[in-house]
Amino acid sequence: MVELRFDEAKCEQCEGVNCLVRCKHLNLDVDTAREEMRKIINGQHSFVLDRCVTCYACEEYCPFGNHPFYLIVERQEQEGMLLAPRAITNQWINLCEPVGRYSVGKIQERALSLCYIPAFTDLVGGKLFEDVAASFFIGPEFFCNVVYLHFARASVIRERLPKVVENIAALGMKEVIFLHDECYGSFKSLAPAYGIPVPFKVTHYFEYLYDRLKQLSGQLKPLNMKVAYQRPCSSRLIPETDHYVDDIFSLLGVERVNRTYDRQNALCCSAIVRLNMGPEGRDMANDNQSKNIEDMLQAGVEHCVFNCPYCYMALSEKVAAKGVKPIHMIELCRLALGEEPAKGVMGYGRYQ
Amino acid sequence: MADISSALTEIVGKGYVSQQAQERYFYSQDPGLMQPHEPDYVVLPASADEVQRVVKLANEQKIPVVPRGGGLSLTGLAIPQRGGILVDMRRMDRILEVNERARYAVVEGGTSEGRIIAYLERHHPTLRHSIPDAPPQATLVGNAAIHGQGRLAQQYGFTSDMVTGLEVVLPTGELCKIGSCSMSPYWFSKGPPLPDMSGLFLGWIGTSGIITKIGFKLYPRKKLRDVETFVTDLPDLIPDIVFKLTHLEMVEDINIWFQPLPLMFKGNHHMDIYLTGDTDEELEFKRRMVWNALSEYIEAKDGGFMWLMPDVKPTFMEMPQKSIARFADVRKGGGFQYAGPIILVEKYPDCARKTEELGSKYKLGYSVMARMIGRGHCMMFGFAFTFNRANSDEMDRVRKALDEAIEFSLEHGGLPWKPTVDEQRAAMDMMDPNTLKLFGKLRKALDPNGIMNPGNWEVS
Repeated sequence: MVELRFDEAKCEQCEGVNCLVRCKHLNLDVDTAREEMRKIINGQHSFVLDRCVTCYACEEYCPFGNHPFYLIVERQEQEGMLLAPRAITNQWINLCEPVGRYSVGKIQERALSLCYIPAFTDLVGGKLFEDVAASFFIGPEFFCNVVYLHFARASVIRERLPKVVENIAALGMKEVIFLHDECYGSFKSLAPAYGIPVPFKVTHYFEYLYDRLKQLSGQLKPLNMKVAYQRPCSSRLIPETDHYVDDIFSLLGVERVNRTYDRQNALCCSAIVRLNMGPEGRDMANDNQSKNIEDMLQAGVEHCVFNCPYCYMALSEKVAAKGVKPIHMIELCRLALGEEPAKGVMGYGRYQ
Repeated sequence: MADISSALTEIVGKGYVSQQAQERYFYSQDPGLMQPHEPDYVVLPASADEVQRVVKLANEQKIPVVPRGGGLSLTGLAIPQRGGILVDMRRMDRILEVNERARYAVVEGGTSEGRIIAYLERHHPTLRHSIPDAPPQATLVGNAAIHGQGRLAQQYGFTSDMVTGLEVVLPTGELCKIGSCSMSPYWFSKGPPLPDMSGLFLGWIGTSGIITKIGFKLYPRKKLRDVETFVTDLPDLIPDIVFKLTHLEMVEDINIWFQPLPLMFKGNHHMDIYLTGDTDEELEFKRRMVWNALSEYIEAKDGGFMWLMPDVKPTFMEMPQKSIARFADVRKGGGFQYAGPIILVEKYPDCARKTEELGSKYKLGYSVMARMIGRGHCMMFGFAFTFNRANSDEMDRVRKALDEAIEFSLEHGGLPWKPTVDEQRAAMDMMDPNTLKLFGKLRKALDPNGIMNPGNWEVS
């Protein structure tokens, strides 16, 4: 089985221990952070393992790309920790067990990965995807499995991810456009961290959208919107993609408002916090969500733009209840093209 | 026979009586596994007077009479075991009264759940009744007559506990009012403070008379409704969890389910906990109380709340639950049946393990569905199995599994709910002899000629 490639030497030369010092949930000084990180590296118990809410932020804060979060997850599992209750953990592991419930379209050189998220099928239409919509795949056989980082189950990733790479590669395309941010993170960050070779070109759908919008620029109508962007935890694995949000907004005539909880200070949707912890976690999740939405309201936004489907599912009804319309990035682009919004679970049509 | 047919035609009109083979075939069965048996005549009366005249004729001629509502018991309770006249009540479907302030309604004996739901939603949106998870064509009288349970069972008990009065045609043809309506214009009580005679008809599955009108309680319909699903892999915890939840007195409904497929459900017991409120604050307060009540299990990692995503939640919120019908077709053969004894909640772990054992023994698709009745006073535990109707061997295995399930539940102190004829016999064999004697005396007194739904609850 593949192993995490963690370089202890990089941590030894690190002065700031940003991974833990900048963590919103720990509040540590540099010395304590260094001591706790040393324990984690040495396989000793650290309270960090107990208090981690799995927001992935430390992955982004590490200046060496040394994957402190993956190491924390490995150690949590080695200690036999359960982050979520056992029944919930097993439910999620079973949910994405590959048992032949997948669907593959007419694969061409480029293909769309819809992960294992049927709601994407509503969004993939119109001019944006006209050349590639039929070339898709979806199902647990192609599921990125990153989510198990939230459950202290790196072993599931180590076991399944190489097979997922094989399954995708066997479809024969040269390039895969990943609609799920987390999938892209899986192949750009997790797979290299575990030494899993990825034999196809990995493209984030933001990049695809940006290029496609430029091709269609003559048909774009500026939206003149002020929006909040809900940055997902998975984006912490691949911060290099964040500039596309600004680039796309610029093409669409959309202003990404300056607000407290965006970019590196983003607040996660808290769905997993609610799932994994007891009443205390539920209160924390409610508090995070309330702070996040209040922040949006104070910034005077009309829309909240989502990237991750799970953020959308966790927050869409809550932001809508406060008068902020939820919209997925793909729907935002389609809106600027004057296309009919989708009516499904992630469709903007539900809120028009 | 021609005379009987003519007499029935004279009572209900030409279009509402039949001896045709196709209609006798249709009424010979229900969607379950019981052996069919055809009636000799089918009639559809339009009034209590017509029902009376049909019953008087049957009593004079000593012909069996079997009343039928939606015909959905699955256990053959409206299958005419001895032939005779099948009385389809569904033309009598008028909603006669809703007393909004006293929160009760009166409907005719063939009124469907679907009609009542639609009527209340349109005309009395602040009121609701206890909706069973049966198809909407099920009748309210049918549900009360089998001691059914609905969405308010955890708060208020069996549907029959919510009855506020009856109008009944006795087996000898007299029309009789039961409860406050027997001496008052109001249908607010099925008995108290008078002697409660509703027990002579509720639960007797049409063996003591035909219910032509029923009064039933309505309850506040809150503006908001939500569900939280608690999941645990330890069935032994379920009785304690139910005890804690019912102690709160804040939950609308508690249903527990357990099934091996789809895979994500395997090994876990799911408790759907429904909450209602008129404001977000009220709902949130109740949610918090529920979470706090179960915090010890979450902290021990023995259970937790499942994330019901927006694409899934509507399924959980449906009333009635259509997912039951979907489960029925999991084998793509349309067959589904369950044995649903009424039993103590503390027996949940044993019953759940027995269901798994039977599924494995007979190689059947299975599921568990348990509905809490009262504040943990008891539950309906459904041992459910699916089958392909084109596979007679599989159907036979389901019959055997159901027989074993009922035997098991009786051994564990349970009572058979809507029992088949065989289960009725088994129950009577276990019954206290004096109770059984009283049972027989009552039946004989009410139905001296034994014409009402014969074959059912017959004391030998």
